[in-house]
Order: sequence, then structure tokens, then C-alpha cells
Amino acid sequence: MSNLLEVVELTKFFDMGRNQRVHAVEDVSLTVAEKEIVGLVGESGSGKSTFGKTVLGLHDKTSGQVKFRGEVLPQKYQPKDYRRLATNMQMIFQDPYSSLNPRMTIGEIVGEGLKLHENPGASVIKERVALWLEKVGLQPDHMSRYPHEFSGGQRQRIGIARAMILEPEFVVCDEPISALDVSVQAQVINLLGELKESMGLTLLFIAHDLSMVRYVSDRMAVMYLGSLVEVGKSDEVYFDPKHPYTEVLIGSNPEPDPKLERSRPSTAIQGEIPSPVNVPAGCRFANRCPKVMDVCKNVTPQLIPLKDVDRQVACHLYQ
Amino acid sequence: MNSAPANSKELLLEVKDLAVEFDTYGGTVQAVRGVNFSVEEGKTLAIVGESGCGKSVTVQSMMGLIPMPPGRITSGSARLKGHEILGRTIVNGKEIRGSEIGMIFQDPMTSLNPTMTIGDQIAEPLQVHRGYSYKKAFAEAIRLLEMSKIPEAAKRARQYPFEFSGGMLQRAMIAMAIACKPSILIADEPTTALDVTIQAQILDLLQDLQKETGMAIILITHDLGVVARMADEVAVMYAGKIVEHGMVDDVFYRSAHPYTLGLKDAMPNNDPSLQHELKPIEGSPPDLFSPPQGCGYTARCPYAMQICSKQQGENTYLTEHHFSRCWLHNSASPNKPDQLYFKEGA
Repeated sequence: MSNLLEVVELTKFFDMGRNQRVHAVEDVSLTVAEKEIVGLVGESGSGKSTFGKTVLGLHDKTSGQVKFRGEVLPQKYQPKDYRRLATNMQMIFQDPYSSLNPRMTIGEIVGEGLKLHENPGASVIKERVALWLEKVGLQPDHMSRYPHEFSGGQRQRIGIARAMILEPEFVVCDEPISALDVSVQAQVINLLGELKESMGLTLLFIAHDLSMVRYVSDRMAVMYLGSLVEVGKSDEVYFDPKHPYTEVLIGSNPEPDPKLERSRPSTAIQGEIPSPVNVPAGCRFANRCPKVMDVCKNVTPQLIPLKDVDRQVACHLYQ
Repeated sequence: MNSAPANSKELLLEVKDLAVEFDTYGGTVQAVRGVNFSVEEGKTLAIVGESGCGKSVTVQSMMGLIPMPPGRITSGSARLKGHEILGRTIVNGKEIRGSEIGMIFQDPMTSLNPTMTIGDQIAEPLQVHRGYSYKKAFAEAIRLLEMSKIPEAAKRARQYPFEFSGGMLQRAMIAMAIACKPSILIADEPTTALDVTIQAQILDLLQDLQKETGMAIILITHDLGVVARMADEVAVMYAGKIVEHGMVDDVFYRSAHPYTLGLKDAMPNNDPSLQHELKPIEGSPPDLFSPPQGCGYTARCPYAMQICSKQQGENTYLTEHHFSRCWLHNSASPNKPDQLYFKEGA
């Protein structure tokens, strides 16, 4: 498999004035192969959404490169770049309520991309919108309705139709299910799976629900405070985490299995994710890590491949 | 003060036939349609279900938090230690809300007063319910913050909510809810807005506090993982009714209602060998403006029979404490799907 997307040492800082900077994403390298689903997990504030948006050019890059099919994408997008790249790369947003314009009809929302990019004429747009509404499990006559007439799950389907109508190759799904009920989550996940199969999509799936990420994605990347701590095959990472943070994250995720929950010890760790403004020196996880050593507080560990398993880990335990 | 006899089997709270309606412009919503459950001292009852199934309204009606109008409790009773509490605010000379029953909410950010310090907010119920002086109440607030494992409690008590993170705010909410040593703590989706690592901390804290104080917890959630972790008993709600109720192992390992099964199958499980398939529950919950005549789950149920849409099934007891409200358990039902648990010999 060739790499569709290659991110090299991507960094995104936000200036807050008064010489303060938010280190949202720092030196993150990640490749996504064609037709692969990569899951990006981490706590809120870990920079996973910023990473997804920066990859798509919704934020300017502070430094680093994003290559799409070998082509280096611009540091700062101009309107013409968006116009050219939007047909290849799209995004599905977390909040199905605030990501749809309440004053536009569903037909206008879903058809807007088509109108801007190909502009095949009103009747063709209408046809294609109807087709896509059906593909995501809605009715073509929903076209004339407004977002408030739909439930959360239906709105998320509208968001999916909007992203898919240009038939992109690469889609960033930013927590597409976290605002939905359990029974509806599965509907949306299965829909994404079907579309992935039929269109040969490549997905970057951002989420904080580990068991869902394990289920959805081929590979999993774990992010903490702006940098990657572990990357590997989803099942392997889930059942055999190497980095102490991944271990904690998976141990904290309650499983729907009372006997298992009673038998396993509590893995709750103290403390919270530090502020990305004053990033600690050395390993960023050091102040909460149950296995912390002296070296962790001074030297930043690099993300390096492990010897025996197909895994990259940034931890001094393995260096 | 709270010197109820420590009889472990005594029912702390008994809710019978509770029904709640709301008048809206669109008509009357029957949010809760006849709910029965009880809570024992020191135990945790989890109420599970999708949004809109009536979980929150059920507990809010006990706390007197239903705005009336438009809300209306049309029938039922809720007895706390033998005293009726529905529609009342004071029982046995003690206010129910805050004193007998404490409550924490999903969103700690919007549930606290942004213009008062955390310490003052925790001290307030002690001044109101217990008649403490401000000084004494504030000292107690610091102790409660320490109990909720907030570091540097004395300093934190003088800070405002915006200076706290989400997890810390939820701890402060818990400190406030347990200030008057309630016999029941209602936790309405207490960790839904939090990250998993913080969720684990909060769940640990709730369990520790329960061990220390012996309070009962009513936990409202839609996350089956949290239920498995915390609950002794589980009530599964759908369309304003409890469709299955039992001990946590009964409900998870011997699920007897198609909706419970549907919820379990819609979640990714942790089996490494099995390439488990997510089976969504198709469709959406029924409109409670005109609730279906029969079982509310009929339209989405893979095993629905003709009678299901006409008449609500009876509660069938599989063991003494485990029931399912479904026609499949009727002896006349021709269909006994393998996935569901049936009473032996039935």
C-alpha cells in the first residue's frame, strides 16, 4: 500500500499574546496509507482536533509538512488551494447541531460544495443531493427541510452527505459520534464503514472512545498534550499497550462487563492533563506517569519503532 | 442526625407507578409512564436508556425539580424511609432537596454559580439546612473538598468556578451534594462530559464516598461500561417505562428484553478473538406525544409479534429480582430467540 497522506513533524502553535503560546501540536509525524482508517485518540486538550484541522489546511501550519499523494501542501492555504483540495479532502464535524447552518435547507447544505466546485447546474445538483441523501439513509424529499427538523443522528448523516458529495479520497472525522446515543452511534459507524468500502475512502478517525476506535480503525495513534506517544495496529495497541499513558487510557475505559470490572484493579491516575501553554520539559506525561524515572523529567523521548513488534512508542522505558 | 436503623434490607426509597406529563405547544408529552423501583441503603441503582426515555424526569420528580406547570405528576408515589415525598419539600422536619437527597448533574460548568466562590457554594446548604454559622460552614466546606480529594482545599475553596477544570468542578459538585450527609445521592450522567481518565477518578471517588457514608446512589447513564463498573442493580428504561430490571449480572449476562440486547449489541465489546459486528438499533424511539398503545419498542424490535403493538406485555419475573416486560416471556409466545434469556423450563 502506498501512503496517501504523509505528515512530517507537523507543529501548530497558537499565539496568545504576551509572549505566550499554546503548544497545540508539536512535531507530529504520521502516515496514512491508501484505504486505511487511522484512529487518533487522546483526552480533550491533547490536540487531536487541531491536528486534523491543520492537516486539512483549516489552520495554517507553524512548521512541518503535509504531503498528499507526494505533493507538498502549502504552509498557508490561499482560496485557490481550498478550491482545488476540497474535492480531495473533507471533514465531518463533531457537533451535528452547530455545524449545520440553521438558515439553509438540507438541499442547500449538501449541494453547496457541488455548486462551488463543479457547478453542474441546478437540476444535476438536485439529482446528486437526492442520491446522496438516500445513500446516507435519508429521504430525497428531506431536501427542502431545515436542520432543526432533524434529530442528532440524522443531522450527522447530513454532515456526512455534505462531506461525501464531492467524492473525496481522504476524510477527517472529528469525533463524529460522541454527541449521539449509543444505538445511533452504531448506525453512523456502520454507514461510514459502508461508504469506506464502496468509495475506497481513507479516513482519519478522531475520537476519545477507545473501544470504538479499536473497532473502527486499522491503526491507532495515541496523542498526549500535542505529541504522539504510541502508534500501532489497533487490536495490538488495545490489548497490549506499551506506553504507560496508553495503558492508563485503556484501563480507565470501563468495559460493559460487570465481572471484568469487578476483577480488575482501579487504574485511575492522579492529576489532569497540564496546560499546553506551559509544556513541561522532558516527557509530557512525566508528572502523571506511574512508571516515571529521573530521565523522564529532563529528556524528551522520541517516537521510535520497537524491536520485536510493529509499534512506535515515545517512552524512555523502551529507549 | 441521620439515625435510621442500620437494617441492611430496609428499603430506603420505594417508587410506585410514577407517571409524569408535560404540557407543550405540540400537545402533552407523557415522559414517564408508570415506573416502579426501589433503592436499598448503601447500594447503587443504575437507570440506563437513550436520551428522551424519561430517566432524568424520573429522578427530578423525586427532587421536586419538575417545573409545574408545564409538568404534572399524574400518578404514583415515592416513599423515602416510609414517608411520601412526591409533591412535598419537607419530610420529618428535613428538607428533601439537598438534605435527604443530594444531586449532581451532567454539566458541572453550568450547574454552579459563577459569581460565588466554590467554598461559599458548598457552605450554603450547610447554612440553610443545618443552621451552621458561616465560619463553621466554610470550615466544613474545606473538609468536604478534602474528602472529594481536591488538593490544596483551603486555597481552592476561595476560588471561583472558572478557575477549576471540568473534573475538579465535578468533585466540587459532589462535595456540595454530600454536604448534608444525604441518604441518597442522585448522579445524573455525572461523567458524560469528562475524559475517561477523569471519569475513572470520579467513579472511584463516588465508590469511596459510598463506602464511607453508606449512602445509596442512583446513577443515571447511557454508558453500559459505567453501569458494569458501578451498579448493584440496573433498571433499563425505554419510552418512559422500565423494560428490564435486575441485579447487574442478570441484566448483562442473562438479558431478557430485546432492548437490553439491542443496547449491548450496538456497543463495541472487548472480545479480542471475535470480529464483533456492531448491530445498530434501527429507527428511533417513539414519539411520546402519542405513545404507542402496546410496547414502545415494537417498531424497532427484531422479534416483534402482532400482540406487541396492541398491548403492553406484563412484567415476567425470571428470578425474584429480575424481570422483563416483554411478550416473548409469555408462555403462549411461539418464539423464544436464543439470544435472550428465558426462565428455565419456560
